[in-house]
Amino acid sequence: MTTETITPTPAPALSRGNRKQARRNTLIGWTFILPNFLGFLAFTLIPVLAAFALSFMEWTSFSAPKWVGLANFQRMFASDSFWIALRNTVVYALGHVPLTMALALILAMLLNRKLKGIGFFRVAIFFPYITSLVAVAVVWNMLFSPDTGPINQFLHAVGIAEAPGWTSSSDWALPAVIITSVWRDMGYYMVLYLAGLQAIPTELYEAAEVDGASAWQRFWNVTIPSLRPTTFFVVVMLTVSSFKVFDLIVVMTNGGPGRSTTVLSQLIYQEGIGEGKFGYSSAISLVLFIIVLTITVLQFKIQQRRER
Amino acid sequence: MTNMAEDLKALELNVQASSVQGGAPSAEDRRRTDRKRSPREQKKRTANYVIYGVLVVLVVALMVPFIWMLSSSLKENNQVLTVPIQWVPKEFVWSNYADIWTRIPMMGYLQNSLYLAVVITCLQVLTGSLAAYGFSKVRFPGRDVLFLCYIGTIAVPWQAYMVPQYIMMQQLGLTNSFNALILLQAFGAFGVFLMRQYYMTIPDELCEAARIDGLSEYGIWARVILPLSKPALASLALLTFVNTWNDYMGPFIYLTSNRLWTVQLGLRSFVGQFDAEYAMIMTGSVISVIPILIIFLIGQRYFIQGIATSGMKG
Repeated sequence: MTTETITPTPAPALSRGNRKQARRNTLIGWTFILPNFLGFLAFTLIPVLAAFALSFMEWTSFSAPKWVGLANFQRMFASDSFWIALRNTVVYALGHVPLTMALALILAMLLNRKLKGIGFFRVAIFFPYITSLVAVAVVWNMLFSPDTGPINQFLHAVGIAEAPGWTSSSDWALPAVIITSVWRDMGYYMVLYLAGLQAIPTELYEAAEVDGASAWQRFWNVTIPSLRPTTFFVVVMLTVSSFKVFDLIVVMTNGGPGRSTTVLSQLIYQEGIGEGKFGYSSAISLVLFIIVLTITVLQFKIQQRRER
Repeated sequence: MTNMAEDLKALELNVQASSVQGGAPSAEDRRRTDRKRSPREQKKRTANYVIYGVLVVLVVALMVPFIWMLSSSLKENNQVLTVPIQWVPKEFVWSNYADIWTRIPMMGYLQNSLYLAVVITCLQVLTGSLAAYGFSKVRFPGRDVLFLCYIGTIAVPWQAYMVPQYIMMQQLGLTNSFNALILLQAFGAFGVFLMRQYYMTIPDELCEAARIDGLSEYGIWARVILPLSKPALASLALLTFVNTWNDYMGPFIYLTSNRLWTVQLGLRSFVGQFDAEYAMIMTGSVISVIPILIIFLIGQRYFIQGIATSGMKG
């Protein structure tokens, strides 16, 4: 997603009024797009539209689809597992988004300089992002072991006697997942911020320095405003990915202990693919989509207001 | 439109681990070495040392999970979770790396992961780059609306339509087959988006010149655009490969028979069955990460460029 609307590229020069040429162009354009578009249409676009329609139907593995209007939504809003999953998802997002963003920016600021071997540090910090999720989950689960895990041993060593039970405690399991996901994602967003930082013209800093601005003032009045488009992109991406969180939770805690880390996407999976309630699970997914869309549109509006 | 090509150049130069651009002393520095350093420079040097210190501490702290994974994979099971922690195994148990192939069908898992990743990557790069050309260099009615459809679906969480996808695959009789995953993952909108972002930076005049020289549109795509977009193709290929290799949910939903399992599924089930075999689990984790590490080290420049490109304005 970009922060600008798509601007049409200048057309290849057509000999004016040449209809045949225009038709040929359409044909050529479509032949380029077709291979990808067929797959995209069949396996993305149609399922997306089907999900909307299914939300208003009763359809299970054992019965034919029938239109039931808002019944799925009534059932959803009356079920406590929906509210628990929604709350967990929101808590996860509230932890994951600001932490990842702040750390990614700090790291990018630290790494945006010309030093020997700086490339190595960047690559090292980025690496967790592309490590297999199962390996990440397994390792962190062991690091978080309540009694003998390295993390709690470290906490004991610095004098915290009552170290949390992490993934075995319903209060601490979600924070444990958040810590893991922040560690995993920050390298990716750091790269985005680095690209943003390197696009800032040095003249701006020089001018600020001439005006006698302190380092802090330069950061606050040059860096932060210049990074706005990047920040917008990062916040949108992070928020969307937080609400979609799924595999990390499945592999790390599988929603437990109890229902303390069950999130919306897991509920969709359990109801739809696990139990074959196609209509009901689509209704949950529609709610998930509406939440993500609302947040994105809101952020977009805020961004536009700022730019005026 | 920012000067993306230049940004990427700058990024590329900066991201290269070589010190050609990095901290090699500038000519000015070298000229000054025989004179006394000005206090300002002295201050700068000290600041650099501090930054280095901070970075080293940071990177080591962030690498702890990897260090621990590697060290645990070379221990006996009962040596993994000890008090106090042993960072270096008392004796190196290399046999873990020999035993894992017989304990679980690791080789089969690796082959399955590789097959899926290669097929999906090839299809994604080929169709993505073709479609991106159509979206950026050929003008026809309805083009931008169509592209908006693509962009729109990037914003829809995949979980929101995984159930209809699953129903479709059931109807087609493709569940529990690689083909389901290939069809679902090879035509992603992201690939088209990324390639289009890059093609927008290639001047239209180049295509014009080629048209005047009598090249067909397909010729332009094959002989002008493709050679110019090698970095973008590499980025997309690497990102797709890694995503597919690491994908857990797709295989988890669609692959039920053990002989079709990918490394991720195999590793996860191993953890479920033998949750006390810490060392062996870590060995499996290391093996699942190694291919990615190799690919990443070969193409890290393109990874980072690809991600930076996706964040640029278009």
